[in-house]
Amino acid sequence: MKNITAILLVIFSTVCWAQEKKNDTLAAVNLNEIIVIGKKTPLNLKQPKSLTSVEDYLMGSSKMNMIKRGAYAWEPTINNMSTERTVITIDGMRIFGACTDKMDPVTSYVEISNLSEATVASGQQASCHGATIGGSIDLKRNQYKHRKNGWNGSLSSGYESNNQQKIIGAALGYTDSTFFAHVDFMHRDAENYKAGNEKEINFSQFTKYNISANAGYFIDKKNVLETSIIYDKAVNVGYPALPMDVLLAEAKIISLSYKYIPDSAVISGWETKGYFNTITHKMDDTKRPAIPIHMDMPGWSDTYGFYSKIKGKHENHEFLADLNSFYNKAVAEMTMYPVDPTENLMFMYTWPDVRTLYNGLSLEDIITISPETILRISINLGFHSNTVANDFGLQSLRIFYPEMDATKNRSLKSLSGNYTKNTGKFEFGFGLAYAERAPSVSEGYGFYLYNSNDFYDYIGNPNLKNEKAVEGNFFFGYKNGRLTSKITASYFYISDYIIGKIDPGTLPMTIGASGIKIYDDINYAIIFNTDFNLEYSFLQNWNLKTQIAYSLGKDDQENNLPFISPLRYNAGIEFKKEKITAGIFASGNLAQNNFAKVYGQTKTPDYLIFNINAGYSFDCNQNKIKAQAGIENIFDKYYATFSDWNKIPRMGRNGFINFTYSFH
Amino acid sequence: MKILKHVAILVLSISLFSCSSDDNSSTQIPIDETAGLQKIQEISNETHTFELYSQSGSLIQGYNHITFSIKDKKTNAYIKDAKISWLPIMHMAMMEHSCPKSAVTKTSDKQTLYEGDIIFQMAENDTEYWDLTLTYTVNTISYTVTDIIKVQASAKRTVSSFNGSDGVRYLIASIAPQNPKVATNDISVGVYKMQDMMTFPVVNNLKIKMDPRMPSMGNHGSPNNTDLTQSTTDGFYNGKLSLTMTGYWKINLQLLNASNDVLKGEPVTTENPASSLFLEIEF
Repeated sequence: MKNITAILLVIFSTVCWAQEKKNDTLAAVNLNEIIVIGKKTPLNLKQPKSLTSVEDYLMGSSKMNMIKRGAYAWEPTINNMSTERTVITIDGMRIFGACTDKMDPVTSYVEISNLSEATVASGQQASCHGATIGGSIDLKRNQYKHRKNGWNGSLSSGYESNNQQKIIGAALGYTDSTFFAHVDFMHRDAENYKAGNEKEINFSQFTKYNISANAGYFIDKKNVLETSIIYDKAVNVGYPALPMDVLLAEAKIISLSYKYIPDSAVISGWETKGYFNTITHKMDDTKRPAIPIHMDMPGWSDTYGFYSKIKGKHENHEFLADLNSFYNKAVAEMTMYPVDPTENLMFMYTWPDVRTLYNGLSLEDIITISPETILRISINLGFHSNTVANDFGLQSLRIFYPEMDATKNRSLKSLSGNYTKNTGKFEFGFGLAYAERAPSVSEGYGFYLYNSNDFYDYIGNPNLKNEKAVEGNFFFGYKNGRLTSKITASYFYISDYIIGKIDPGTLPMTIGASGIKIYDDINYAIIFNTDFNLEYSFLQNWNLKTQIAYSLGKDDQENNLPFISPLRYNAGIEFKKEKITAGIFASGNLAQNNFAKVYGQTKTPDYLIFNINAGYSFDCNQNKIKAQAGIENIFDKYYATFSDWNKIPRMGRNGFINFTYSFH
Repeated sequence: MKILKHVAILVLSISLFSCSSDDNSSTQIPIDETAGLQKIQEISNETHTFELYSQSGSLIQGYNHITFSIKDKKTNAYIKDAKISWLPIMHMAMMEHSCPKSAVTKTSDKQTLYEGDIIFQMAENDTEYWDLTLTYTVNTISYTVTDIIKVQASAKRTVSSFNGSDGVRYLIASIAPQNPKVATNDISVGVYKMQDMMTFPVVNNLKIKMDPRMPSMGNHGSPNNTDLTQSTTDGFYNGKLSLTMTGYWKINLQLLNASNDVLKGEPVTTENPASSLFLEIEF
């Protein structure tokens, strides 16, 4: 009897999940891109290099780019907007990097083994976890409760020839009718990489360990408790584009969630989660030759948060309400060691123990007007408060702002609407949105943060206004049996745009810096993005894919904004037959002639590189073996793109091999 | 230092105890009048004992704020209404000279304490020493007392004497901040001229330009400093000094007269990393 109930329960929850999934996908087809990372991969979304980095998976989205400071911890941008203007969550949890130089984006603290998929939402199209302007990414953890009963697991290993990266991973799980548990481990170790023409890039090595565990318990048919832990540690990470490396980047990410799945026809699910994460980041300049002065720059970021999200359906309305809040504590220090050892150490707080409290309510309604037309409306209200908790730090900032208060409160609002119509062959949609964001800790309270790209020391400004964006977007798609195509565009008019402005009267602190920039609101800036995707399948086993994207960013003086992509494109032909896959891909950028001269950038030339890959997978009873190999940048092109910090060249020719064995 | 403190407490408690036994209410003093201060030393003649105190319990080259009491040796009573003047003198091999000082005043809201400032422009050494002469009047009778005082060298430059472009010998001394912080500090500087070997009056109506720098870190500066102007109340020159981090700061100065002629000091430039007139802070 018990077993039957259990089986029913599993089936029931699977059905629930599938249904929810289906609803998600319906919206997702229209709006958000879902990048699948885990193993349950539909064939057409299969990564040719399954053990690649999380960042590399995300770059599959035409909305995304990565600012690279080396081989590790790339900083994601959505619609050409980076960390301050985007929200990246792990299963809805807010996490904030502890590095003042953005060397540790949220994505650097997870591994592909932790994740099943990533939802990339442009602009306000899924902004339920906090205030964003450019967009949001939710990295979803693996869902184990839907697995088959019994043991499951996998072993994976990979090697990359260019930087001798060795990848080892293992996972083991057990699923039962009332209980599931899972643990996975992944380790990467890489030496310096070589850019094209065999040019070794010094200080580009890294070593990463990631271990995570999940466990869940079905209290009864309707109630599930789940806990999740991720421990991630990177050591000896080189940042060749920066004047410093990283000794340690460590994250502990813990959550406990409770899911209630009611019988009610109206409410389809209610999830409440409490979480905590703590990040330690320590920079290291001891291996660099000829540094003007040795310094320690550690940073810490702790976040406590919770959310309670309820989803439901009534008639043609599909609604979501999400109450969420977080409390973050960000501290960063700088200690400089004078050459004369008898002199006192030079010490300052670069993030003066800034506490951020956010409470938000987010509501969304997806209205099916007719089988073909959907209207989505969402609204977000947030209360945002910053407090400088450290008196030393507050006194330091008062050098610049004698009148500043320790606490600053803001209210943040966003509103968006999207209309989509899908006739099967044609689909189109448009949307309008308004959004606000608060300044980041660095923008509001940073103290002499050196930017090695424009050579200025940045000072935060606690008097910044909220940045406000009005966004318009549209898409048009056409598909038939063989062809899928879609063009999308978005336009952001951002008023009180926050950017560093040169303060000519103030001297810089960093040796060699050009001057001081103070974060300020400029009147407005605009960012325009458009991309075109086309997929065509022919001759049964062949598939052609192309992607073209173009972006433009201007400030109120018609100056180009920094880190805006020029025209970029990629195209590939894939062959799939039974267990064999093969492909050839080309990707490139045109020259970035609209570079941001005023913001210290220079022209980047065009490039084009080619990759080939092949894969073979087969099932053997309950076991599955997958092998993949390929060569990236076949012609060993020496190149750097618009988003490479200080024009650090990208990897030259690289051969890879990935191997995965899984059972269940 | 701790021993000094204990001695000070012991002395105070003995005196209090003896006062109590005398049952002379006029000699009773609140025990905590010197609380927070450290005893420097005692100076005495046949009739009176001076107890000298300061924050640190010692005298140092540069600015010193000194608090003291006078005790009648016979009665052990503290004298509350003496008229006092003082004269510190440096005894060098070839000559003697004094240094800038304030008048001695009764400490407001204290019954038994007097206070004043002395700016020692140099420290003692093996062969050269300072002494302090106190001349005072109690109940219309004049007395005098002299004793050697120990003036230690300051680790950082807190006082500077120099010839100005107008031919006058000036002396400049750091008064505040005594406890510098990473913040906007109130900076206070005293400016004196050497009228003769024994007279160092305050100089009025000058201006002091300031450019704090960290020579150990590329000689970077700090923002939002305010140049120093003279206070009408105490005659010191006051300004705002921004220190953006702990460590060693060189406070480069330029001294200007009322018609903006530079008396001493040069602006800091790439070619000229420091002014010839400067003070130092390390914390």
